[in-house]
Amino acid sequence: MSKTLENKAVVFTPERLAKAEEIIARYPEGRQKSALLPLLHLLQEQEGWTSPEGMDYVARLLDIQPIEVYEVATFYTMYHIEPVGKHVIEYCRTGPCCLMGGEDVLAHLKQRLGIETGQTTVDGQFTLKEVECLAACGMGPVFQIREKYYMNLTNERVDEIIDELSK
Amino acid sequence: MATKILTEHINVPGIETFDVYRKHGGYTAVEKALKTMTPDAIVEEVKKAGVRGRGGAGFPMGMKWSFLAKPEGVPRYLVCNADESEPGTFKDHYLMKMIPHLLIEGMIVSSYALGANKSFIYVRGELMYVIHILEKAIAEAKAKGFLGKNILGSGYDLELVVQPGGGAYICGEETALLESLEGKRGNPRNKPPFPAVKGLYQSPTVVNNVESIATTSWIVNNGGDAYAAIGIGRSTGTKLISASGHIRKPGVYEIELGVPVEDFIFADEWCGGIRPGHKFKALVAGGSSVPILPSNLALTLANGEKRLMSYESLSDGGFATGTMLGSGGFIVFDETACIVRNTWNFSRFYHHESCGQCSPCREGTGWMEKVLHRIEYGHGHQQDIDLLVDVAKKIEGNTICPLGDAAAWPVASAIRHFRDEFQWHIDHPAEATQPGAVYRGEMALV
Repeated sequence: MSKTLENKAVVFTPERLAKAEEIIARYPEGRQKSALLPLLHLLQEQEGWTSPEGMDYVARLLDIQPIEVYEVATFYTMYHIEPVGKHVIEYCRTGPCCLMGGEDVLAHLKQRLGIETGQTTVDGQFTLKEVECLAACGMGPVFQIREKYYMNLTNERVDEIIDELSK
Repeated sequence: MATKILTEHINVPGIETFDVYRKHGGYTAVEKALKTMTPDAIVEEVKKAGVRGRGGAGFPMGMKWSFLAKPEGVPRYLVCNADESEPGTFKDHYLMKMIPHLLIEGMIVSSYALGANKSFIYVRGELMYVIHILEKAIAEAKAKGFLGKNILGSGYDLELVVQPGGGAYICGEETALLESLEGKRGNPRNKPPFPAVKGLYQSPTVVNNVESIATTSWIVNNGGDAYAAIGIGRSTGTKLISASGHIRKPGVYEIELGVPVEDFIFADEWCGGIRPGHKFKALVAGGSSVPILPSNLALTLANGEKRLMSYESLSDGGFATGTMLGSGGFIVFDETACIVRNTWNFSRFYHHESCGQCSPCREGTGWMEKVLHRIEYGHGHQQDIDLLVDVAKKIEGNTICPLGDAAAWPVASAIRHFRDEFQWHIDHPAEATQPGAVYRGEMALV
């Protein structure tokens, strides 16, 4: 999936642009920078990742310097600042999930996908990331793909999920 | 039947919709507040209730409200902290997902009390699906005239904005949250000035946890005295406890403060005991930051009395033999859990989540993680245990925000109560690094 990046200009779809304008209007006059985190989510939803061109586009929308976007995008963990696969698995590695066997299930998931944490499968379908606590500790082990939480994971359940998403 | 302030109707089918919530007494607090009460009268009731910040710090909510500066012509803000990220804590996630209108109603009542016309709910970005649930609930409330201009003809205007975070534990710290809400990196601010004077956009701001704000509707409806009559001593009211780990029934439970820890773990009404065939070894009672306790100290105070689920009882004995209620992230460990591995895991968390502003935290958390890693993986040095204690001491109290303390306490307490287990890892590396190997020396198991 590590294709060379093309300098492709990024523009929001008309629906997303309307959404972006609605978000910017939520904040008091002169405080439009508050829209930065929501707009970066919108960008990633459209592009699949938070590309440099996309960040520059967001900077122009908010009338701020590109560096103000880069420093924020690199601070928070949810923005993928490198290209990722179609499905990004964000796997909780924190204590309570580990107590419920999270480490063993993660080992199984890596074996199943044939990749290590931080890598993408050769077919570009899956990227595996380890993340910190997802606030679902009573239902661990847990991972998240986009907005969806997958909870009470077992090796069998992981296989089912991967099979389903591979179709 | 124990009093349920937040979760009484949580399992009613359709309670996430305005109509069903309304049918079960929802939004009566907004009617009562806006039609019959002054803002100051609400602040008084919340003070009388004695409700303490449910995010972890336990600071009296009414007092926090009364600190809010009110200069002429400057807007004031209420910001709800829904950045729930403390390992072991998942109550706000549950509450917002199941009964979103409870938070919306609390936001309206609280915003009115504080004189805020635009309020924010800052939700951790990973919970995007919950953000959609909240936005839908807000749209419903607005359509029914409970939000927007001139609410219920009272002349009071309120707009609610749901703001997603970007993935950062530090944004649960209130000034980091405000920085983030302004579209910046989540670096905590120096205090003073406190947010009550200069908060969001340099305006007076109150930041409260989801659960704290959600209690205000009940307090408006029933009065502060009624709330204060629940619970024990200065631990008034109910608390949501997120129970996880080696128990039979993990989940979120609303308890009246004052329930014995032993009952909470072993009674069928709550955790239902340790999973079959295993024994209770250790407890983290209030989220990963608070000191870990061995089972005997978790259940009993130094004077032999039962330890209770309350702010005072959990902290009885100080850090020598006590802990904290914190966020109510209740993590139970049985005898199969390795304390060294768990401490390393938590240290890795704090290292990962340190914002990097203060050297003691930025460097110290990484150092502790490294040393714990080498002990866990069979390369520990004899002096490592003392080194960890020393590093933890040098972080604690020396940082802008409490993340440094939160990183130091789990390490210091694990060594305080489970030193033999660390020593065993250093003395017997070959044995300790076998798959599934756990220290089996002398320890209290219940």
